[in-house]
Amino acid sequence: MDAIVTSTVTKSAATDCCSESKTIAQAVPRKNIMWVYIIVGFFGLVSIGTYAMHEYYLYLSAYLWFGFIYGMCLQYGRFCFASAFRDLFAVGVPRMVVGIMIATFLFSITSSLVAATGWSTFHAAPWSVHAVIAGLIFGIGMVFAGGCASGSLYKAGEGNGVSMLVILSISVTQSAFVDVGGWANKLVPKAWAEAALTKGLPSSINVSDGWVDQYLAGYVWEQPVITFAKLLGFEDHSLVGALYANTFIGVLLPALLLLVICYIFWSRKRYVMDLKTNEGRSANFADHVRGFWSMIISSKRTAIAGLFLGIACGLQMFVIEGLRMKFGVKNAGTILQRIGFDYGISVKGTVFDPGYWYVTTQEAQWVGWMAQKLGFNNMDNIYFGWVNGIPSPAINPADWMSVALIGGAAVMALMNNEFKWKKPTKELAIWALIGGAFMGIGSRLALGCNVGAFFVRTANGDVSGWSFGLGMIGGAYIGVKFFNWYTERKMAKEMANIDFDL
Amino acid sequence: MAMQFKQVEHGLYTLDVTGYVCPHPQLYTKKVMEKLHSGDKLELVFDNPSSAESISAMCTNEGNPVLDQKRDGSKFIFTIQKA
Repeated sequence: MDAIVTSTVTKSAATDCCSESKTIAQAVPRKNIMWVYIIVGFFGLVSIGTYAMHEYYLYLSAYLWFGFIYGMCLQYGRFCFASAFRDLFAVGVPRMVVGIMIATFLFSITSSLVAATGWSTFHAAPWSVHAVIAGLIFGIGMVFAGGCASGSLYKAGEGNGVSMLVILSISVTQSAFVDVGGWANKLVPKAWAEAALTKGLPSSINVSDGWVDQYLAGYVWEQPVITFAKLLGFEDHSLVGALYANTFIGVLLPALLLLVICYIFWSRKRYVMDLKTNEGRSANFADHVRGFWSMIISSKRTAIAGLFLGIACGLQMFVIEGLRMKFGVKNAGTILQRIGFDYGISVKGTVFDPGYWYVTTQEAQWVGWMAQKLGFNNMDNIYFGWVNGIPSPAINPADWMSVALIGGAAVMALMNNEFKWKKPTKELAIWALIGGAFMGIGSRLALGCNVGAFFVRTANGDVSGWSFGLGMIGGAYIGVKFFNWYTERKMAKEMANIDFDL
Repeated sequence: MAMQFKQVEHGLYTLDVTGYVCPHPQLYTKKVMEKLHSGDKLELVFDNPSSAESISAMCTNEGNPVLDQKRDGSKFIFTIQKA
């Protein structure tokens, strides 16, 4: 590291015990600032240069700059869905649960307002127990990997090699999983296979070959699509349905319940003890309300990140739908074809174009695209061939979003002097690959990850979002139990020759 | 680099988890703090930024004061005292 002036903040025990940790001030090296300009300049040039080629590239640039904002927010707030329940179960820290609930609530308000205008890009997912099972597998994976799908992206922006391996593992696993057939067809229940054949898919998809194809067409598509608005008899696109049913009933009440549980089981004890020590009295109801609030604001960085993230997520829906109207399209596949790219477009003429923040499908797509280039035919399945396509990563809108997310996180990390290339150790590399594989499979079973299947769906009143979340909590609990045992075992070896009484 | 835990002198220990990502730094710190006696100090070295927030919050919750927080390049060095 060159030309770094290091400064430290030293704090007394008296002030530190019960206050939020302060940011440790440190001068930012000039080299970091130069890289910030290079990264921002690169994305700026991409946007301006492509816009000069054709106005349609605005669509891709919109994805790009929202991705950039997400990356900055995630890195600033150390915003990782994996750490939410993992840190709660492992070390009793609820800060990330608080941040995620704040972000989900704010996202829900903005997305409900967008929905009420009829400009929402959101479509609810089929709901059944599959969402819980998928969440469970995903939750175990995110603890093993050391980060969720979005967390791994922002940590890759910090130069973390482990996170890059996680992304690689998620990408390869998904791409392979959606195309696996042959022996795996024998594991498909007969009812799924029969139901899949009735969906009228084109022969090029070959729906009877592929476990995921038959799972999707034969099982998932048969399940009901339920939102809180529909449950209460409203339309998703009405103001009452969106704001009252989907946001108030579907997000605010469950989020408050979750936070109250966190306070009772993880924060209350310390607050009551401090009150007794400092004021010599027991806590009354008003004290508990104050204690609950202090838990909410205990990590300002996470809460601020959640606030901006929530607002940006809702705005992206609004902007993307606005651009679709402007260009007279319903999917980016049409835009790509109009600007001369027809490679990797699905049978329906579409490509993956969620219209909101999403992480995992574009990761599967770039590996799918590479596999296709290497001679594999992976367009004969529903995931790539019928719905998402495998356009070149260079013109894939969702890939622009993810690359810019990594860039935004890198910019924030550089500005806070937290960027460092870190080579993974063998031990962490193995965990990254195993965890990434679990997350890849979980994502495809749920049709999304912690962002697409939990955050976005929950915020939009989709019941399957909370179902995936419940599974994710269960998975995090199992993962933590395992890592507790693993850490205990390693520490016992390290402490074998130490006598703590000497 | 593998995790290293050492006794420097009576009542003072070091835990170096440089290179580790979440949740390892938090978990190792928790396990060590459980073993220490009241008044013992731990110098913790790590370089995973998100662990800084979690470890600070964990210390607050458990009443173990963080006496000192330093940065050395991308490394974080916390001195924690067992309550």
